[in-house]
Amino acid sequence: MSQQVQQGRYDADDRGYFGGTWGGRFMPEALVAALDELTDAWHEAMADEAFVSEFERVLRDYAGTPSRLYHAERLSRQVGARVLLKREDLNHTGAHKIRNVMGQALLTRRMGKTRVIAETGAGQHGVASATAAAYFDLDCTVYMGAVDTRRQALNVARMQLLGAKVIPVESGSATLKDAINEALRDWVASVDHTAYLFGTAAGPHPFPSMVRDFCRGIGDEARAQCLEQYGVLPDAVAACVGGGSNAIGIFTAFLEDEGVEIHGFEPGGDGVDTGRHAATIHAGEAGVLHGARTYVLQDEDGQTVESHSISAGLDYPGVGPQHSLLAATGRATYTPVTDAQAMDAMALLSRTEGIIPAIESAHAIAGALDVAKRLGQEKGPDATVIVNLSGRGDKDMGTAIEWFGLGDTGPSAEERK
Amino acid sequence: MTSTTTAFEKARAEDRAALIGYLPAGYPTVEGSIRAMTTMVEAGCDAIEIGLPYSDPVMDGPTIQAAAQAALDGGVRTSDVLRVVEAVAATGVPTLVMTYWNPIERYGVERWAGDLAGAGGAGMITPDITPDHGAEWIAAADAHDLDKVFLVAPSSTDERIAMTATESRGFVYAAAVMGVTGARDASSDLAGPLVGRVRASGDVPVAVGIGVSNGDQAADVATYADGVIVGSAFVRCLLDHQGDEAAGLDALRALTTDLAEGVRRASR
Ligand SMILES: Cc1ncc(COP(=O)(O)O)c(C=O)c1O
Repeated sequence: MSQQVQQGRYDADDRGYFGGTWGGRFMPEALVAALDELTDAWHEAMADEAFVSEFERVLRDYAGTPSRLYHAERLSRQVGARVLLKREDLNHTGAHKIRNVMGQALLTRRMGKTRVIAETGAGQHGVASATAAAYFDLDCTVYMGAVDTRRQALNVARMQLLGAKVIPVESGSATLKDAINEALRDWVASVDHTAYLFGTAAGPHPFPSMVRDFCRGIGDEARAQCLEQYGVLPDAVAACVGGGSNAIGIFTAFLEDEGVEIHGFEPGGDGVDTGRHAATIHAGEAGVLHGARTYVLQDEDGQTVESHSISAGLDYPGVGPQHSLLAATGRATYTPVTDAQAMDAMALLSRTEGIIPAIESAHAIAGALDVAKRLGQEKGPDATVIVNLSGRGDKDMGTAIEWFGLGDTGPSAEERK
Repeated sequence: MTSTTTAFEKARAEDRAALIGYLPAGYPTVEGSIRAMTTMVEAGCDAIEIGLPYSDPVMDGPTIQAAAQAALDGGVRTSDVLRVVEAVAATGVPTLVMTYWNPIERYGVERWAGDLAGAGGAGMITPDITPDHGAEWIAAADAHDLDKVFLVAPSSTDERIAMTATESRGFVYAAAVMGVTGARDASSDLAGPLVGRVRASGDVPVAVGIGVSNGDQAADVATYADGVIVGSAFVRCLLDHQGDEAAGLDALRALTTDLAEGVRRASR
């Protein structure tokens, strides 16, 4: 973890630019002092052994890390290569998001702030934030697009039960990007006592780098586990990409391993050619959104275009700036996966491994299976692919019921499957 | 092109603060927004800020968001904003564009600066660009002799205020409260000290915005600032009279008159 002090070629410079162009801090002056304070606090904390060991202790004892690296044997036989799942779905609250949130909440406490705000799409980051707020006794408000509060009602209830206030956001497209706008508006007015727990590795400096540092345990663990369990590095790692926190979390440990392919899978919605998708890197263009220069889904005039994905957690028209650098340099490859492909993968993993993945993570499974098949043909059955199983699918059962026509036990239900 | 400096010089010669009015381009329509801004000039605004409607306006409260969204829904384009600039600048008052950054980056920064200057625009106010991340805009503005108006906030350190005052041209925009745009009942007690801190670091004019909605508040701000910026209260006039242009323009005229009296009433 102390590695962040050295700056590698894929890291940001002191002003938050990756590769000199991506990222940065395109923000109102009113927030600059707070972002500077946060940057300093984060640097100091990461250099402070007591903070780092407290972070590791909380993740271990409370969140349940390190998560397992699990050999999905039936799936592996189907594709002809070794598929390993990084089981972030088994973490407390059911996703990788708890790592980031525990790190930021610890920092909040260190800075002496008493209130946290967060934005959420699927509700996973909101639930994690509400959980951390309960754990650290902080006041918590979560902004959530009104459209998302309807499709993720269960997570709204979880946040409320945990003691957080959930504010539905009606402006704009009433989804994740608008929740971020509203959280930023709150923060401008509350910054003296409030920390903004940003939910992904995007936004203004230092968030992309800081969130990565809090999530990079995923890849650090997976790399060590793979070496220990199989005596080799993987041939490829794969993750889904919304804002990019789980992806950068697993990618970081492998960036300097030249032989390891890195694959990000973006939400292809109804298909990229339909225009209804959220494949930001694949189909977007460079621009500035939420404080960072990155790929953005935008129109000719630079207005953000509404994104579409069956997965609320991936439904974002921007992406973390480090991913833009990894894409631009060719170190990582980003490929769209459609709603239908993701839902097929959700069913497949459920039935072959007994693991119901979050729809976000199902995008990674779908994409990774193609990679695994190719690698299996090229290198044989020992070819190894690690997939970040970023979260569990309980929150998505409403969507699954609708998509697959589940829940009905009448005689006609069998035929539909 | 009329630099914003001329508005401050004129006001100073009359021993008062300048009145700067904001409206978004394209609300209720492109032509309607031109008529609204022209009305504000006729009734006493010394300079006009034209908002470029943007999909993700993080510094704006509900009032400006509503008008900007309606303008976008009505199909307003970046090129329309230049048309509004041209029409308003033709009245002779300094005319600035206030815009979030992405539409400018998308248009092409250098091309935008050229077209803005060509339309008679005085410069640009950039709420989500600070000078330390605005090198491209600073270079383009300098090349085209445009005003660069950056913001300072109560949370700004002295060091950053000095940097901002040095890099700004035309004036410095002092955001009077920690918060988004929107009319507020009471004047901010953070604004005076903030203006003082900008003054201490340069002689660029300082205008105060965010929250001013009537002549009394304008008079109060005018006691210590070079300019008073009013946005949401003007937008409110139009929102409150949707569908009745004459009534909207009457409301704009009455508010401008009240504010213009305010900046003249202040004891300085
Ligand atoms: C399980 C899961 N995976 C992935 C994501 C996407 O976020 P990110 O791209 O930041 O990992 C989310 C977001 O809510 C999520 O809940």
